[in-house]
Amino acid sequence: MPAKTWKEWEGPVLELQDGIAKLRQMAAKEADSAKRKALESKIAEYEARLAKYIDTQYSQLGPWEKVLVARAEPRPYTLDFIQAICSEFIELEGDRRYGNDPAIVGGPAVFRGRPIVILGHQKGRNIQQRQYRNFGMAKPEGYRKAIRLMQMADRFGLPVVALLDTPAADPGVDSESRGISEAIADSILTMLGLRVPTVAAVIGEGGSGGAIGIGVGNHVLMLEHAVYSVIPPEGCAAILWRQPERGDEAAAALRLTAQSAMELGLIDRIVPEPKGGAHRAPDVAALSLGDELERSLKELSGLTPEELREQRYRKYRSMGVFGTAG
Amino acid sequence: MAEFIKCSGCGRVLFHTELMQSWKVCGHCGWHHRLSARERIEATFDPGTFEELDADLVSVDPLGFPEYREKLAAAEQKTGLRDAIVSGMARLDGLPVSVAVSDFAFMGGSMGSVAGEKIVRSLERAAERRCAAIQFCASGGARMQEGMLSLMQLPKTNAGVQRCRDAGVPYIAVFTDPTMAGVLASYASVADVILAEPRAMVGFAGARVSKQAGVGKVPDDFQMAEFAHKHGFIDRIVARGELRDVLAALVRILGARCYAG
Repeated sequence: MPAKTWKEWEGPVLELQDGIAKLRQMAAKEADSAKRKALESKIAEYEARLAKYIDTQYSQLGPWEKVLVARAEPRPYTLDFIQAICSEFIELEGDRRYGNDPAIVGGPAVFRGRPIVILGHQKGRNIQQRQYRNFGMAKPEGYRKAIRLMQMADRFGLPVVALLDTPAADPGVDSESRGISEAIADSILTMLGLRVPTVAAVIGEGGSGGAIGIGVGNHVLMLEHAVYSVIPPEGCAAILWRQPERGDEAAAALRLTAQSAMELGLIDRIVPEPKGGAHRAPDVAALSLGDELERSLKELSGLTPEELREQRYRKYRSMGVFGTAG
Repeated sequence: MAEFIKCSGCGRVLFHTELMQSWKVCGHCGWHHRLSARERIEATFDPGTFEELDADLVSVDPLGFPEYREKLAAAEQKTGLRDAIVSGMARLDGLPVSVAVSDFAFMGGSMGSVAGEKIVRSLERAAERRCAAIQFCASGGARMQEGMLSLMQLPKTNAGVQRCRDAGVPYIAVFTDPTMAGVLASYASVADVILAEPRAMVGFAGARVSKQAGVGKVPDDFQMAEFAHKHGFIDRIVARGELRDVLAALVRILGARCYAG
């Protein structure tokens, strides 16, 4: 049976880390210097073993393991990245229609000296935060807030950076009543029509319509272990084989990794993650993402407003693989 | 075709020939049975004016997805279509219109690369030829078997809508049973005018997804055209018998400028 969660999959690593932490405590309390030396060498040995284990594990991540890593709780989320890469950020809340959706955050920011508008899906880490952020599943008001922010960026000639990290858009009765489909469709159309540079980056889970709703970029980036899928692998397995537990097979079939997206020509670049994944060294991951975002914004800064719109049109217009009969 | 059909609305046994005279609307309970794309075209546009285009596009299996080729072959066998969309030019009260009709019988009308391409071409064609665009939707959503490629058909089809808006040509969508998920969350929901057939299923998340996400009790009319209409996301619910006339009037009025030029 494949692991079901990131915690389960990284179990051996977490155990080893725990063990090392305990040894450290013991070493700190140890008065006898010879004994302390022995403990310290033990720690060094375990640490080397841990590093090697992480190295091997993360150099051969399969599609399902990537799904687990992309969903990992300690993985940096949108606000973590914003905090790390922007020198200023003023969050603006509310869609001016109905309410404020905490599952999508955004506002004007300064990124490496450039004024921009940055937005993205926001997940929560503990139970309260997860509930408050609705597990990163945005409601119509979230997409309408995004539309409002993007239109504002357009008015003031500011580039838009969107960070994608959602399992899906919210499927509940409330969202349906307030037009979740229309909100996503309108957000996609708005983004297509912007006359400012747009860069989208999948930082974790790129979950279907909920993700593409704010994912229309002149450039699209994906973090090395992020995933992007039309349907969650468990859902796909439930439809295909009526066995949601075969998510690992469905993940492989869906070709949802950054590497596959690159091969299919659906993204522009893969953002390398630190060894052992973005959650092992969030600062390094943020630096890496920042570098790639800056590169994209520099490349796009040479295009006129009309060229930016046309480039986006052509990019999405050409997506798809088909044949002709005869 | 069977001689008798059991009505999905009231359960009465109906003669096929009789049912076809009302374009599959039950004479007893008014239930709108699904039409094939060809039937829809015949029921809607001026007789003999439909000229099919892009009929040569075929789905391939870009991901090597389990059982996809078999499903495509079976759908082709069943419907006589190459994919879920039939598109081309037709006339409505004499006015040219660019149309695309999805056929639910072909893999649930799901939108993969071929459907997306045909939809965007039909929208672009309207913009180029300066005529109205009409999309008949009938789809469970994006085609899972094409993975991320099918997800990208959401922005792709919307790019066609953008062209229509830029060109100032009207785009009308008709939601027929069912209009769901990826189709509803893209080109379908951003039409200038949205019509729907009575009791068509219209919604974002399918029952299976909702259940997995723990969506609890839902209202009786949840994910019905009437529910979306009540909440302001559908302009009018129009019975099949009146659809042609409503469409023709909209095309004539909203398209006044493009047809005059």
